[in-house]
Amino acid sequence: MRITQGCFSFLPDLDDAQISAQVEYILSKEWAVGIEYTDEPHPRNTYWEMWGHPMFDLKDAKGVMMELEECRKAHGDSYIRINAFDSTRGWETVMMSFIVNRPAQEPSFRTWRQEVDGRSMRYTHELVAR
Amino acid sequence: MDGDVSERVPASVDLKEQYESSGVREVLDELDRELIGLAPVKQRIRETAALLLVDRARREMGLAHETPTLHMSFTGNPGTGKTTVALKMAGLLHRLGYVRKGHLVSVTRDDLVGQYIGHTAPKTKEVLKKAMGGVLFIDEAYYLYKPDNERDYGQEAIEILLQVMENNRDDLVVIMAGYADRMDRFFAANPGFRSRIAHHIEFPDYTDEELGRISETMLEVQGYRFDEAGRAAMEEYIRLRRAQPHFANARSIRNALDRARLRQANRLFEGDGPVDAATLSTISEADIRPSRVFSGGLDIDGSRKRDEP
Repeated sequence: MRITQGCFSFLPDLDDAQISAQVEYILSKEWAVGIEYTDEPHPRNTYWEMWGHPMFDLKDAKGVMMELEECRKAHGDSYIRINAFDSTRGWETVMMSFIVNRPAQEPSFRTWRQEVDGRSMRYTHELVAR
Repeated sequence: MDGDVSERVPASVDLKEQYESSGVREVLDELDRELIGLAPVKQRIRETAALLLVDRARREMGLAHETPTLHMSFTGNPGTGKTTVALKMAGLLHRLGYVRKGHLVSVTRDDLVGQYIGHTAPKTKEVLKKAMGGVLFIDEAYYLYKPDNERDYGQEAIEILLQVMENNRDDLVVIMAGYADRMDRFFAANPGFRSRIAHHIEFPDYTDEELGRISETMLEVQGYRFDEAGRAAMEEYIRLRRAQPHFANARSIRNALDRARLRQANRLFEGDGPVDAATLSTISEADIRPSRVFSGGLDIDGSRKRDEP
C-alpha cells in the first residue's frame, strides 16, 4: 500500500533534481534540513531515526543531496524523509516534510475493531509486512 | 523537464559583451581599486578570468564539455592579501557560473581534523557540505600533513578532500593557501593535490611604498589621517619593521595603526582643553614614534635578551 504522508505524497515520487529544487527552496527560507528514516511508517510513529545531525548552515542543496545519497546507501529499503525546521520564534516547528525514498515492497495496514463498554467501538491499525 | 527542447547552439559569441554582462569586469575593477600593489596576482587573475570566459563560450558552442579544474593554490607570506583575493575569486567564479552560490568558507586544520579516531571524517564532511556551491579556502593547508606522525588524522582529511576535489568539481572549488616553501613541500609529499590544482598564484611581499599607501587607506576607512610628520614616521616605521621578526605585511601595518590609535586617544585624553574634529582624526608623529620598533624592535620570544651578556 502506498504510504501518503507529508507534502507531495499524492504525486509521483520526486526525482533527485526535484528533491534538490525543494531543498533549495528550504534553504532559501533559512530553515534547517533534517534527514530521517524508518522501517515503520505508521501514522502515529512520529519519531523516525535521525540520519546525522540536522543541517543548519548550508548554502547549497548539494550538501543535503550528499547526505541523502549516503542514507540511501545505508537504508535503501526504508522510508526516508526530509524535514525542514523553522527556528523563528513563534514558529519553531517543522514547516515541510516529504518522503524521498520508499522500500521496494511497501507494507500495508490491517484494521482491528474491538467492542467495548456495551456497543462502543475501538479501532486500531496495525502494520502488516507483505 | 525541458529535455525535448532542442538546445540552440549560438553561431558566435561576443567575448567583450560577455565580459561586461557577466559582471566579471566589475569584479576585476573592484580588485584593481581595492587592492594596492599585487600586480602579478592581478595579472594572473585576469588571465584566469579570460580562460574561464573563453571556456564558457566553448561550452556554449558545444566545443568542450568537461568542467575545467579550478582548484587553486595561493602562496605567499602572511598579510599579503590571500584571503581577500580568495573572496574576490569566489565572486568571480560565481559570476562566470562555475560555482552556484559563490560564498567563501575559510577553514584551517582545526576545522577539518578531529581529536580522536572516527572524528575527522564527519568533521571534514560537515565543512565540505557547508562549502558546497562555493569556495573552500584552506589556510595554511600544509598543517594537514604531518610527516613525522604517520598516525596523524590529517591524512584522513586529505583523502576525503582529494576525493571531493575530484568527484565534485562542479560543486565546489578548493583554494589552498600558505607560505610558498612549505606549500611546495606539502605538494611534493602529496602528489594527488599537485595534479588536481590547476592554478598556482604567488603573492609577492608589498614594497615599502605600497605599505605606506595601504596604511593611509586603512586610516581613511576608519576616518583618520596622518599629518605630515606622522606620515614620515610611518614610512620609517615600515622600513624598520620589515627587518624585524614576525613581519606580516599588511597585517603588521593594521596592528601598528591600531596601537597608534590607542596612543592618540591617550594623548588627547591627557592633554588639556577642548579638541576639534581635525585633532580627533589626526595621527601624528607622537602616536607612532613611541613604538618599540623604533627602540630596537619587538623581542617577542626573548631571544635577543638571552644573547646579551
